Amino acid sequence: MTYMAGQFDVIVVGAGHAGVEAALASARMGCTTLCLTINLDMVAFMPCNPSIGGPAKGHVVREIDALGGEMGRNIDKTYIQMRMLNTGKGPAVHALRAQADKFLYQHEMKKTLEQTPNLSLRQGMVEELIIENDQCVGVRVKTGAEYRAKAVVLTTGTYLRGKIILGELIYESGPNNQQTSIKLAEHLKELGFDLVRFKTGTPPRVHRDTIDFNKMDIQPGDDNPKFFSYETNEEVPNQIPCWLTYTSEVTHEIINGNLHRAPMFSGAIEGTGPRYCPSIEDKIVRFADKPKHQIFLEPEGRNTLEYYVQGLSTSMPEEVQLNILRSIPGMEQVEMMRAGYAIEYDAIVPTQLRPTLETKRLPGLFTAGQINGTSGYEEAAGQGVMAGINAALKVLGKEPLVLDRDQGYIGVLIDDLVTKGTSEPYRLLTSRAEYRLLLRHDNADLRLTPIGHTVGLISNNRYAAFEEKKQLVENEQVRLRTTKVRPEPHVQHILEEAGSVLLNNAVDLLSLLRRPEISYQHIERMAASPVLLSDEVKEQVEIQVKYSGYIEKQLQLVDRMKKMENKKIPVDINYNEIHGIATEAKQKLSQIMPLSIGQASRIPGVTPSDISILLVYIEHYNQVTAARHAAANS
Amino acid sequence: MLTDTIAAIATASGEGSIAIIRVSGNESISFVEPLFRSTTPLSLAQSHTIHYGHIVDGGVVVEEVLISVMRAPRTFTRENIVEINCHGGTVAAQNILKLLLARGVRLAEPGEFTKRAFLNGRIDLSQAEAVIDLIRAKSDRAFKIAMRQSTGVLSDQIRNIRNQLLQLIAHLEVNIDYPEHDTPDLTNRHICEQCGGVAEHISHLIRDASRGKMLREGIVTAIVGRPNVGKSSLLNALVKENRAIVTDIPGTTRDIIEEYIVLNGIPLKLLDTAGIRETTDLVEQIGVEKSREAIEAADLILFVLNNNQELIQEELELLASANQKPVIICVNKTDLQTNIDLVKLQSVLSNQQQIVLLSVKGNIGFHELEQAIADLFFEGSIEADDLTYVSNVRHIHLLEQSIQALNDAIEATEVGMPIDIIQLDIRNAWELLGLIIGESVGESLLDQIFSQFCLGK
Repeated sequence: MTYMAGQFDVIVVGAGHAGVEAALASARMGCTTLCLTINLDMVAFMPCNPSIGGPAKGHVVREIDALGGEMGRNIDKTYIQMRMLNTGKGPAVHALRAQADKFLYQHEMKKTLEQTPNLSLRQGMVEELIIENDQCVGVRVKTGAEYRAKAVVLTTGTYLRGKIILGELIYESGPNNQQTSIKLAEHLKELGFDLVRFKTGTPPRVHRDTIDFNKMDIQPGDDNPKFFSYETNEEVPNQIPCWLTYTSEVTHEIINGNLHRAPMFSGAIEGTGPRYCPSIEDKIVRFADKPKHQIFLEPEGRNTLEYYVQGLSTSMPEEVQLNILRSIPGMEQVEMMRAGYAIEYDAIVPTQLRPTLETKRLPGLFTAGQINGTSGYEEAAGQGVMAGINAALKVLGKEPLVLDRDQGYIGVLIDDLVTKGTSEPYRLLTSRAEYRLLLRHDNADLRLTPIGHTVGLISNNRYAAFEEKKQLVENEQVRLRTTKVRPEPHVQHILEEAGSVLLNNAVDLLSLLRRPEISYQHIERMAASPVLLSDEVKEQVEIQVKYSGYIEKQLQLVDRMKKMENKKIPVDINYNEIHGIATEAKQKLSQIMPLSIGQASRIPGVTPSDISILLVYIEHYNQVTAARHAAANS
Repeated sequence: MLTDTIAAIATASGEGSIAIIRVSGNESISFVEPLFRSTTPLSLAQSHTIHYGHIVDGGVVVEEVLISVMRAPRTFTRENIVEINCHGGTVAAQNILKLLLARGVRLAEPGEFTKRAFLNGRIDLSQAEAVIDLIRAKSDRAFKIAMRQSTGVLSDQIRNIRNQLLQLIAHLEVNIDYPEHDTPDLTNRHICEQCGGVAEHISHLIRDASRGKMLREGIVTAIVGRPNVGKSSLLNALVKENRAIVTDIPGTTRDIIEEYIVLNGIPLKLLDTAGIRETTDLVEQIGVEKSREAIEAADLILFVLNNNQELIQEELELLASANQKPVIICVNKTDLQTNIDLVKLQSVLSNQQQIVLLSVKGNIGFHELEQAIADLFFEGSIEADDLTYVSNVRHIHLLEQSIQALNDAIEATEVGMPIDIIQLDIRNAWELLGLIIGESVGESLLDQIFSQFCLGK
């Protein structure tokens, strides 16, 4: 029996990292929002590593925060360790990484959802979508409840037809033995969606008191931690360290001796796994020459003694896993609390999506997160916030929001997914971004906060603070350009100390700051700003000045790309009608339906001459259309 | 992309009497102006006027040219157009094009002038399909040419170079994206050495480019000498043994007949002055003037003398007129008595010129002649299967740009820039090289990263 259970603007199915961001964004933009999850105790659960951030991923968290999303704020409240990585490298690749208290993270996030106006959080397993007039208008829950909405966002993670593989043991399950969602997967298939089978995995967890940390190297957090959110200003006290050890020769012998029992090699696993997250058995087979592999021990929280064994993702049988663990220095006596496992699940082929994350097949239906073939909490959350924003914008009758590749890693991620698709679970890497120097950790607010404010996720107060910071950065650059220092003793002394060439004539501060060996601190000592500046402002000024030549070069490339991006392709174009475009390109273009010439040119299999022809055709098309309108009006 | 300034050689390739380089774009005039020395600066030139002057490169005169200036919108593309008329043949036009590209003008894509004409409303709507056909046809041809390039020795070399760079980039990327992984950070010294080595390798390719062109088109070789010294028998003997292609054009003035031969893998284009193989009567008509012209046109001169006769004044004068050219003196008829004064002959030769003793009739000395030709051009080191060289302007330009990018990377490393900044230049070099062989970025970097390093949680 079904019954009508409620009417909302937006329904989000799933409350993982994508789902919570989508639901919060939509509700905060003023849309009545329902967030449904199979198990209310699993909101924002971290089924794998207890950490957030790192290169590219940390950038995404920062972008989510700059747009007005939640992940940054939530991890800032609940971390047990914070580290800035890559500090010896350039500013573009500085990356913040936090170890999370994964339980606290969940609780805080759940509380935030519960306290957000317009947002209803409910338990329920969605089995079907309600479709009317080829539009998705709601969902049907296993209990018979029917919810209606103007837009639905699916964020099903690894729950769709999930299957856990642990040695010879194989069973249907979502992550961490949660109920799997079978009917919804079948329903999507019936609706004509292309699904792929992907695989991922997680390592075993061990008891802290059975680890001998004396045999390991300590990995402490930073003394003066930075934060993900631009709004955070208070640190969490008492950071907890991680520990580093290595596999041993014995580890490799055990694995090699049990390969016949490894589902990875026995054929039990059919899903495609990510290359960047191989299991330990995979690493040892593929890199047989490498004598040892790093193993990091990471606490799962403050109120638990469970430790995550990073580097040891495996689907070997349980007893083999224990032997492997005990072959590692410092873990000779270790007690395994949970075994690692591999999990297979259905994902939809992401080229079926528009850059707004709305499905082409079913208007009103959006998808975000692992269902789109990605991997990682941050990638999921980044899509979640965008899907939530676009679902709400659709309900509100406003123009959708698509981030370009020069605006954020989120833009790179979504453009890659919907334009190129993916043959393995997709992970962001900084090398996927062409304009890496522009997509920095430090300038996420400059890139995205105005957008967050426009869509209604950034409060006026926060926006005013942002504007002030921006103004201070600009003013300080003007001051540096117009202030000269003369070759006076105290200036020469500072230059000498920095190992820099001494002055012969007066020179402006901007030129001095451009010297690689001169930092903003040196400049400050020569001639301090009359206005009090925050560290963030100083950092921003220093980066913008020091790397201005390279930044300028990238901006020129962006300019060129924008011209192509601004050439929009009419939505009703029929590629099969275009004489001269290669057959392969016609198929790809018809399938991807690119919004712009820029996007079209990134589709694999579409050549530059196809693009030239398309440009000519569109010009022709626009002229004909304009002529027709003129004739109709006269 | 659609508004930048583009250039291309607008005339068909081959031996026309003039060649035209067309430059289109709103900045076309300001791009050409600094290269053009004349009485009126181009920026002051009226629209649709033509100007005499010289193309200069850093003060050195490169070519004598006529330049037409046509200002938008009354032009083919509706943009400012500059057309540079220079001497025919490919060399002059390519040199000028090279200078333009070095200043930042982009080489036009196939059919791009026509495409712009259309996009800017210059061409009628009904012609849209024709434009598409043109782009398709030109691209297909360019593609075929590129395919031919991509299977040769050159592309193998470029692939090797790119692979070297790719390994370097992959390593840098791993250092960036996996900062806690146990892959050691690359040292600055290693980065500089790698980049320097690759830049060096690319310079070699460019150096080979000039001789590559010679090989592609054949070394223009003139056989000169008095009547009856054995020119025609030498030519016939060479052709008989080594004939590659005959491009005999019947019905023309017969001023020039070309014979292509391949000697030890070196293609020669033998310039046959009128009727050299015709009757002896005609041979008698070949005067000194004709020989001078042949010397002027040739890259290599085979100067034939008769061993059996003394040197005459005419021969010495002719020889003197060739003292700037590589000359091989073929002293023929060594089967007969030696009446020629070899010591005197030796004394008038420049060091580019050498003597080979020959008997065409006795089939003696051909090996020495072939070796002498090879020595002259390639220090005797030419390999027969080493025939694919960089030859077109676009490729040379891309190679030069990639060297520049690598030098930028080295400089950035030396002033202490961080690796993600250095990587920008290295990656740029890698992408530029990819354009030569039509390989784009794609997934290859990620493939390299994950096959070269063991990564993952």
